[in-house]
Amino acid sequence: MRIVVLVKPVPDTASSGERLRPDDWRLDRAAVPAVVNANDEYALEAALKLTEAHGGEVVLLSMAPPSAPETMRKALAMGAASGMLVTDPALGGADVPTTVGVLSAALRDMEYDLLLAGADTSDGGGGVVPAGVAAQLGLPYLSYAAKIEPDEAARTVRVRRISPTGFDVLEAPMPALVVCTQALGEPRYPSLKGIMSARGKELTTKALGDVAGAEAGAPTTAVLAATAPPPRAATRVIRGPADEAAREVVAFLVERRIV
Amino acid sequence: MPGPIWVHGELTPDGSLAKISTEVATLARDVGATSKRDVVGVIVGSDPKGAATELARYVPRVLAITEPATADHAAATIVGERLAELIEREQPDYVFTGAGPEGRDVAGVVGALTGWGVLVNAIAVRWEDGPVVDMSVFGGKLTTTSRFAGERGIVTVRPNVVTAEPASATGKVEAAAVSGALKLPLVKVVDRIAADDVAAPIEEARIIVSGGRGVGGPDGFGVVQELAAALGGAVGATRAAVDAGWIPYAQQIGQTGKIVKPALYLALGISGAIQHKVGMQTADTIVAVNRDPDAPIAEFADLFVVGDLFEVAPAILAELRARAG
Repeated sequence: MRIVVLVKPVPDTASSGERLRPDDWRLDRAAVPAVVNANDEYALEAALKLTEAHGGEVVLLSMAPPSAPETMRKALAMGAASGMLVTDPALGGADVPTTVGVLSAALRDMEYDLLLAGADTSDGGGGVVPAGVAAQLGLPYLSYAAKIEPDEAARTVRVRRISPTGFDVLEAPMPALVVCTQALGEPRYPSLKGIMSARGKELTTKALGDVAGAEAGAPTTAVLAATAPPPRAATRVIRGPADEAAREVVAFLVERRIV
Repeated sequence: MPGPIWVHGELTPDGSLAKISTEVATLARDVGATSKRDVVGVIVGSDPKGAATELARYVPRVLAITEPATADHAAATIVGERLAELIEREQPDYVFTGAGPEGRDVAGVVGALTGWGVLVNAIAVRWEDGPVVDMSVFGGKLTTTSRFAGERGIVTVRPNVVTAEPASATGKVEAAAVSGALKLPLVKVVDRIAADDVAAPIEEARIIVSGGRGVGGPDGFGVVQELAAALGGAVGATRAAVDAGWIPYAQQIGQTGKIVKPALYLALGISGAIQHKVGMQTADTIVAVNRDPDAPIAEFADLFVVGDLFEVAPAILAELRARAG
């Protein structure tokens, strides 16, 4: 079975260096190292487990800046077979409709049984792109998956979707788009062999003009400003016996009208 | 006449109105008042009437669309398609929805079908010749302020950024008909499984008591749960506690879990690593209990107790009970 996983390089949360360039309010990519978006790693792990169980291969698709191959190699090292990157200066600061449109156009040229995406990204984190891609491509959309069970003979997939009261078991024909969560299981670390072999794996780069039907539309949104939120007040530290500390905690909660 | 602002009313599994929608409706009403635009609630469901009546407490007019397919199919795609159909007919300029799982799915579908821009994870919206939206990005490290380039768009609003307040007068509910066949593929719900360990939803909680690695195991969550119950709050957890299987993923707060903004976040045995911090740092008040005086959470908690959670948490419980008499 063939699985395409959408991956996005994002600034490393642990670096704390994320900033926007003041001239165009776009991410200053030079200021911070990029990593594979954490939720996309769960999607990739789920895809790798499925191909290990059912055969087939995993292909990555990303729309990202030209530096993305470096990050995508990490995903190839985990076990994906190949990758495709759509990168173009015209896509810098792309909004939701353009992102959805370009990914959908690229996917029209790809073959797959399942298309997996992470629940959201750690940078902008809107979580709206996968549903948009499914709608644009007319794919069945199964979100917030905690379990994915394809039935190759029946050409269907079953997904346990996390619901407010437990799980909904969803079923749809393949190909389908499944949005993945951490509940699918921890992503593996790339093995040394994986890292070595990733260097030789095919990573195709396409410009906007190389993807039929893809275009950078006029932006629908504009950033006006970026500010750091006001710093929190200084921490009050309490040491001492538990009962004294507890009295102070409760008095503090009363003072703040929380209890 | 400028187009109205729509509020997408989300349904809970039992068919009532989701709390997030009452917050979104309150926010939309404020924006509607400044912009002198009508605010209209829209609900799509197999039996939308009850939720529509609830939503009418917040906005002057609610359109209720009966769509039987949502009863036994994944709802968001169907709701999004029906909304897009109705948008074409009724010509609203803006759609506001929640930034939770359902609202995001619906916003994605409506965005794709209308081509409208989407401003996500709003923490505040005001009107300056159009909605101006503050969004929390990079896990709360920055706030960006954005607007739509054109005169239409979709806004997803974070839970707990607005206090829901019913309007002074109750609005009217109208049944709206949609006729076309659904074009997007339907996804069947073949079973609904009630989990036996379902807890209060953390995104909506005013108070969250959360446990991390320091809790030590599933049994250690007992005291976390007790304290949450005593405070009338929900139970949260870190990724470490979830990955260890001590508590379900639905309760995870942080980068790959949920982002919360409660009035009180009480962290027990949580070091405050960045992946957790990004999920909770915008809480109004943060109180932490940790044995390690150098834990990162000491840097951003309002009150930091250096101590053993298994001594301090029961002492807080006793103190709360003594106060309650």
